[in-house]
Amino acid sequence: MTRKDYFCERDPLAFPIWQKATVGIAGAGGLGSNIALLLARAGIGKLVIGDYDVVSISNLNRQAFTLKQVGQPKTEALQQNILAVNPYITLDVHQKRLDEDNIPALFHDVDIMIEAFDKAKEKAMLIECWQSCFPQIELICASGISGYGKSEEIKIVTSGNLHIVGDQTSCLSPGIAPISTRVMIVAAMQANLALERLICKAK
Amino acid sequence: MQGKITINGHIRDWSEGMTVQDALDMMNYTFRMLVVKINGSLVPRKEYAAATIPDGAEVMVIHLISGG
Repeated sequence: MTRKDYFCERDPLAFPIWQKATVGIAGAGGLGSNIALLLARAGIGKLVIGDYDVVSISNLNRQAFTLKQVGQPKTEALQQNILAVNPYITLDVHQKRLDEDNIPALFHDVDIMIEAFDKAKEKAMLIECWQSCFPQIELICASGISGYGKSEEIKIVTSGNLHIVGDQTSCLSPGIAPISTRVMIVAAMQANLALERLICKAK
Repeated sequence: MQGKITINGHIRDWSEGMTVQDALDMMNYTFRMLVVKINGSLVPRKEYAAATIPDGAEVMVIHLISGG
């Protein structure tokens, strides 16, 4: 298989733009692992991914990992899974806890940034950090993904270079993980918006 | 001085010196983790009590909820 064989039947206008693009993903859990695979399939040229965590059994209900990968760092497991789908992508993965001190250096060369953290406090940290370091680069966040059904309540709210995907209302119940379907809808909407914004920026 | 501002699409009364925290209290936005933008500019969380809102401002309050 050649690179040309692999990337057959692609959109002649959009695909070259996506191939040149670098997308940052903060977090490789329910949102981040699925977003990364979606963007790799779509043909994004390079992904920068950061996460400190290891794969646990409770992650398998919604995250893009396998039973055999339990105990492995998420960034390493995700790298394997992405390359198994698309060997022609460039990956820059960092197994570390992301904070306001390391985010600017790790993600300085991205064309668009995606927030895929679990905790609201980390989401707020990234939004404030991003606004002060890279206000010119668009940031796509998620808020309100819990439960099942209510697909039509998931929306995108935009203010300047900040986009928020989710219903902004559904909270987690203690001890109950988010569910695959709604996590995947939000992940797909974040990835889809990133693809769209990259095309808009290139015009 | 009296005026009007818009908070998440709702028109509300504004008075001189109104802070972000005043606006959040007025709207009963008690959620712990919020993102506030005034006319498109982000207000850091630690400045809610001091940052004032200008007359006619468009205020956007986003609720950040855990889960990912």
